[in-house]
Amino acid sequence: MASAAAGGQLRRTPLYDFHVENGAKMVPFAGYSMPLAYGSVGAIASHHHVRKSVGLFDVSHMVQHNFLGSGATAFLEWITPSSLSKLAPYSSTLSVILNEKGGIIDDTVITKHADDAFYVVTNAGRRDRDLAWIKERLEEWDSTRAAEAGKVEHEVLEDWGLLALQGPEAAQYLQGLTSFDLRELTFGKSAFVPLEGYNLHVARGGYTGEDGFEISIPPSQTVEVAQLLSKPPVQLTGLGARDSLRLEAGMCLYGQDLDEDTTPVEAGLTWVIGKERRETGDFIGAEGVRKHLKDGPPRRRIGIVVEEAPARQGAKIFAPSSQELIGAVTSGIPSPTLGKNIAMGYVQSGYHKKGTELLVEVRNKLRKAVLTPMPFVPTNYYRG
Amino acid sequence: MFSALRTASRSGAFAVRAAQRQAGARLLPRATPFVRTLITKGYSKEHEALIFDDSTNVGTVCISNHAQEKLGDVVYVELSSPGTKVEQGESIGALESVKATSEIYSPVSGTIEEVNEALSDRPGLINQSSEKDGWVCKIKVDNPADVKALMNEEAYEKFCTEESDD
Repeated sequence: MASAAAGGQLRRTPLYDFHVENGAKMVPFAGYSMPLAYGSVGAIASHHHVRKSVGLFDVSHMVQHNFLGSGATAFLEWITPSSLSKLAPYSSTLSVILNEKGGIIDDTVITKHADDAFYVVTNAGRRDRDLAWIKERLEEWDSTRAAEAGKVEHEVLEDWGLLALQGPEAAQYLQGLTSFDLRELTFGKSAFVPLEGYNLHVARGGYTGEDGFEISIPPSQTVEVAQLLSKPPVQLTGLGARDSLRLEAGMCLYGQDLDEDTTPVEAGLTWVIGKERRETGDFIGAEGVRKHLKDGPPRRRIGIVVEEAPARQGAKIFAPSSQELIGAVTSGIPSPTLGKNIAMGYVQSGYHKKGTELLVEVRNKLRKAVLTPMPFVPTNYYRG
Repeated sequence: MFSALRTASRSGAFAVRAAQRQAGARLLPRATPFVRTLITKGYSKEHEALIFDDSTNVGTVCISNHAQEKLGDVVYVELSSPGTKVEQGESIGALESVKATSEIYSPVSGTIEEVNEALSDRPGLINQSSEKDGWVCKIKVDNPADVKALMNEEAYEKFCTEESDD
């Protein structure tokens, strides 16, 4: 496939031609040429369709990995702060890969199939950094702990497809294509599901706040499965709607809302750190994370609703009384669902309480903002 | 609507008679029906259109249809207040779509006389009718030479094509 990027060229997912045939406007994103929107369907209409019905997203640009071997659990518990030994088989968890200081190298979803088999999805935009980091840590593992804690094999599923079917009508649509009873598959669970003769890994969840599925597909079958999954009422959905949906759901976009200078405690992701792991501290970056847990983080990720104009990435946040600069917006949009300007960003600790009034600078004018708990739009997950 | 306008402007070699345009006739007061008034339309490289009436020296600033198509659904419009003096190329406001903010730059120097209040309740007018009902503001033009320096419709279309090839 054409996924090998040469000389700064954009990579393509296995569905590039499929998108173009469906009228996609392709734009560069995370090193890939990705669909922004399809045909004449506007970003707002597309957004509403996912909230009310069902949309299909190509997320094949994301990096899919397998970690296999008797040391897989211990290795992943070293490079992330998650409690994976306690995770039930065929369950997923949001996690973070941390650097030595406790800063977030990437956020990731880890699915456990067994103690010696994990399926992991990381961000396309962090591909090079993640793969280099994992390679180094594996070499370190092999030379120090592998003999005692077990060997680990790392495999990247190059050119595999990953499709996200999202929306309140996703389950009904997918059920029409499989004999597998999807009622058994609750939020955060996964299974190998027979789909028109294929046996595909399906994880219940996504990046929109709606019920939905992420389906991993071998390269040769990706186009055919995409065709199966894109008949009415399913609408192909591009990056534009993906961003507004995830922000309404209060979910982070790496590179905007998360970076290597931010710990999971600052990012409001303390919940991804296993309880006993906060005590043992036997993961990379534990020192920085534990310091923030003990002393409190200097700044925190917050959600705000801004009056008048939408505040975008980089907009400065001020305290209303002293007009002291206390933080900045990292993502912001006019919310199509709420008709209000929503944003997330970071502020100094102390200004992070619900209902706190803040000021945000947009085009040299201070606008009123109110700290609002996330998700901005209630999630609609299927929990059985 | 746009094709009709294009036809009109072509036949008049980039000049449209006020009488041919209902909106123009309604918006612009006439001293006598026999004053020869030229309504011209020019475009800036920042994708603003200016519909200029040489009898009053007032130009109506619009977002070009090409620009509104690229922008997507406009959800909020913010404009400088009437009375504000602006330089050519200076920001006079901004359009917000879900995906981005786009500044509106004044295609001419002058003073803002009026802003389109309808946009505060119906920002979508920019998408529905960018060069007519979705007009942005009216500017009393300091120097009519600014208007002559703008691109005509043909030159603007060529400019857009070249820009999208980049």
